[in-house]
Amino acid sequence: MSLALKELRRRPGRFGVATVILTLIAILLMFLGGLLDGLTAGNTGAIRAQQADLIVYSSTSQDSLVRSRIDPEQRRQTRDVDGAGDVGELGSVQLGGRIEGRGRRDLVPIVLFGYGAASRGLPKPPAKPGEAWADDTLKAEGVKQGDVIRVGPARSPVRVIGFVDDTRYAGQSTLWASLGTWRKVQNDNRPDARVGPGVSQALVVQASASDPADLAARIDEATGGSTSSLTEDEAIDALPGVAAQESVFNQIIGLTVLIAIIVVALFFALITVERIGLYGVLKALGADSGRLFAGVLLQAVIVTLIACGIGALAAIALDAVIPVGSIPFIATGGRLAGSTLFLLVAAVIGCAFSLRRVLGVDPATAIGGGQ
Amino acid sequence: MSESSSTPALEMEDVRKVYEVADEEVVALDHADLTVGSDEIVALVGPSGSGKTTLCSIAGGILSPTEGRVVVGGRDISGYSPSELTEFRRDSVGFVFQTVNLIPFLTARENLLVVDEIGSRDRKRAQERADQLLEELGLEDRAGNLPSQLSGGQKQRVAIGRSLMNEPALVLFDEPTSSLDTKLGDQMVRLIREEMKSRGTAAIMVTHDDRITRHADRTVRITDGRISA
Repeated sequence: MSLALKELRRRPGRFGVATVILTLIAILLMFLGGLLDGLTAGNTGAIRAQQADLIVYSSTSQDSLVRSRIDPEQRRQTRDVDGAGDVGELGSVQLGGRIEGRGRRDLVPIVLFGYGAASRGLPKPPAKPGEAWADDTLKAEGVKQGDVIRVGPARSPVRVIGFVDDTRYAGQSTLWASLGTWRKVQNDNRPDARVGPGVSQALVVQASASDPADLAARIDEATGGSTSSLTEDEAIDALPGVAAQESVFNQIIGLTVLIAIIVVALFFALITVERIGLYGVLKALGADSGRLFAGVLLQAVIVTLIACGIGALAAIALDAVIPVGSIPFIATGGRLAGSTLFLLVAAVIGCAFSLRRVLGVDPATAIGGGQ
Repeated sequence: MSESSSTPALEMEDVRKVYEVADEEVVALDHADLTVGSDEIVALVGPSGSGKTTLCSIAGGILSPTEGRVVVGGRDISGYSPSELTEFRRDSVGFVFQTVNLIPFLTARENLLVVDEIGSRDRKRAQERADQLLEELGLEDRAGNLPSQLSGGQKQRVAIGRSLMNEPALVLFDEPTSSLDTKLGDQMVRLIREEMKSRGTAAIMVTHDDRITRHADRTVRITDGRISA
């Protein structure tokens, strides 16, 4: 093992090409992962902020918040189901927002939500009409606490009373107001889709004790099949484009890992070919193949860790310098660790292709070929 | 010590080595008998392709004989498995290869210690032995030099030191003077003789250079796989 480490330390140039290529792959992998996380966060923040056991849509909505309508009777039936704890309402409207100090036509796409106390990942709903919490990505648009954003064609005024984190929806910034404020904004700006008193788009349900999946079935039964109750994860997957987006990115990430396997395999196959003479000598001196292969593996793991370390630092630096709300990129510890793990597995698999060659080295080559 | 001095370093009895080459049998070693005393230095002489290297490889546990019996330092290795032969080479024989074959990124001292490293022996003892060997070989001031910073003779001496690290019963030298000029070659064979005799270690020097045979206790000739004294 120390032989492998000494070679790495004293002949770093020999591993330079592999380190550079693997570093680029690590950066690519972590960048892709960060983009996926950023996009996913930007699409799903509002649902995750509910910290709900269940989200209940109307059954005709095809699990779409925009299409869903929940009336007071469905809310009552849901609340009466045994095991349903807090049940709150949720409504949303997507509008253009005019921010103070910006041009009249310089609209910022905004989703205004109305919510109740059951949404546990958010502060208590603003008490006064026309007030809202703002997602902190709006800071990048110049919004400050106390500013008034005028939303929609009716230019409904909404005063920002503070900021909340990670609540974006459909890639847009959000405002979080009381249900009353939401209904007023909805009705003032979308006369074609007015909502009556007590009507919302979805219910946020916190289970008191029972299993959420079981509770979902009982809620849908209690409402006579007029609702579709989803766990939070199911609700996230049902968001338009989220599953497809993850699928596409994961395929690209998988392809990148495959390329990493090929790079490691080719590089260490070449190095092993170069070392056949050396391995012959070491085997003649009594080294077993397992020890020699362990040295190759150790070198591959160290080169990969160096590459991942540089990649992770680059990802963290990128995350730090990107202005909030510009590129949807997040460098999370889990993603960086996961990417490192993927590349380490790729390095081990890539190295495994050299195993046969190491096993096949004949110690007789050290003393003239054996014949 | 008395036991080792009475046990031959090598006993080969009726050893054959046959290779299959394109459905044909090639006899590399043909009923070879050879005994090397515990501190004897034998020069093995013969033309290219005569079977010198094969004999040396079998004696060193790199190849297994097709037939016959091979005993090295009292251990009958004739039926050893590949892993047993690996362990045997690690513990019981020393090699000095034709092209020296030092590990280029290790210093002279580390090239000696590599024998300990692949065997996982006592590191402290190995370090003491490496230092002692380097001193005896006149290389103490070159211990920290890489092979690229050593002359041909110095490299050869490091290789000799490496072959003695595991305190072997038998050291096999494959053409030890082939890369040296006549004067240096002569010095090297003298050094080999001194080192082997001072330790009571047996050696076989494979060569086709008749000039170095005068430093051996005995010369064994091999032609077409057959040994003649």
